[in-house]
Amino acid sequence: MAENSAGGAKTPLYELHRELGGKLVTFAGYELPIQYDAGIKTEHLHTRAAASLFDVSHMGQARVTGDDRVAAMESLLPADIAGLPVQSIKYSFLTNDSGGIRDDLMVTNGGDSLQLVLNAACKQADLAYIRAALAGRATVTELTDLALLALQGPQAAEVLARFAPGIARLPFMTAAALEIDGVSCVASRSGYTGEDGYELSMPAAGADKVARCLLAAPEVAPAGLGARDSLRLEAGLCLYGHDIDETTTPVEAGLTWAIPKRRRQEGGFPGAETVQRQLSEGVARKRVGILPEGRAPVREGTEILSAAGESVGQVTSGGFGPSLGGPLAMGYVTATQAAVDTPLLVVVRGKELPCKVVKLPFVQQNYFRG
Amino acid sequence: MSDLKYSIHHEWVRIEGDVATIGITDHAQEQLGDIVFVEVPEVGRTLEKDEEAAVVESVKAASEVYAPISGEVTESNGALDDAPETVNKDPLGEGWFFKMTVADKAELDELMDEAGYKALIESES
Repeated sequence: MAENSAGGAKTPLYELHRELGGKLVTFAGYELPIQYDAGIKTEHLHTRAAASLFDVSHMGQARVTGDDRVAAMESLLPADIAGLPVQSIKYSFLTNDSGGIRDDLMVTNGGDSLQLVLNAACKQADLAYIRAALAGRATVTELTDLALLALQGPQAAEVLARFAPGIARLPFMTAAALEIDGVSCVASRSGYTGEDGYELSMPAAGADKVARCLLAAPEVAPAGLGARDSLRLEAGLCLYGHDIDETTTPVEAGLTWAIPKRRRQEGGFPGAETVQRQLSEGVARKRVGILPEGRAPVREGTEILSAAGESVGQVTSGGFGPSLGGPLAMGYVTATQAAVDTPLLVVVRGKELPCKVVKLPFVQQNYFRG
Repeated sequence: MSDLKYSIHHEWVRIEGDVATIGITDHAQEQLGDIVFVEVPEVGRTLEKDEEAAVVESVKAASEVYAPISGEVTESNGALDDAPETVNKDPLGEGWFFKMTVADKAELDELMDEAGYKALIESES
């Protein structure tokens, strides 16, 4: 494979990825491993059985400060920031005036600030947008000197507890400070795999040390972007730019669980009228899980037909699920075709293959419930 | 394996009498990663050299396998339906895709030998 010398930016773990035999690709402008020698299937299965370490330092980390930051952020996204306890985390999304999604993100109440984690491909646009929208009300600082690692899997807590015994009891969607091999980190009990796990933020200068320290644990193996994608797909989690984008509303996407009652009623975020109308009247199309009957993977962009052969939607994410043992997909279909068990057809290489709507997630989620 | 010939699309061809067995090379399976699906051509199908003959999919992407020569498919490896990973484990043996007749022996001369294929891989890396 020809190496692009122009390449992408390097995360603090670039040398480590090369040492570990990572197969590097350019993703969102960064050189990151799609897999290591073990391969995507093995890395995926290891995550669900033990613990995997992912480098997600390409993602954006930012801090919002200022006395008006809570109300200011609530004007941009439909989360309950006012009622968010210190160290608690919420999944939310920046909406646009049509109720579509600009980006999905995590927001943490850091006490004297709000911490945001943004998708790598959107972070510059997000920051510019938030800065402009919040001008005069709050200050947005991009934390470019931080790295982000994800330790995910049923044994992640056991591993991390060796550094900070209490960390195993950290509730899901809360953050706590801890030290790993002398490096100050912030651990969030969250992730993108459907498993228990933590996302670890630390100064870039300490990331290599922390990563090597965690990889030294017998339970931990490195995992790349390929496994990250197959894991989140099995977990039914959206990938921005694919399953959600500026044209999809949270109602169409099935993400209204992230919009609390107060925000549904009060609005006060871009596109609120559209969201409120869709909540009361329904939507024309819905995001669903699709299970192909055969073994052929069904990928993004594939046309979806009703059992009668009419075009009813399109696949937005699709591939192979190692834990599931077969192909799986997500897409949008006409609301009348969205009920679980609805038989559908997908057009693959000119052939109509049978599939059906299934409930998400495809694989049981194992978030820490205390 | 000096009896193997190779195409520019990383397929190997083994000639035994009038029958050619086709598969993908070790280099190809390594580049693809974990193979999760294979679709082989039906017996009886006529293939033209360089025509799309089979599909091989990894976790991340679908790839085409092309007919390295022209001929008719006489056998296809149905075992790959249930065990596509065989292509990763034994690409030159149990991971064979299909067998075909040799419609034009001259086309065999257009294929590379082992040394030529090695040079191709090196030039692509």
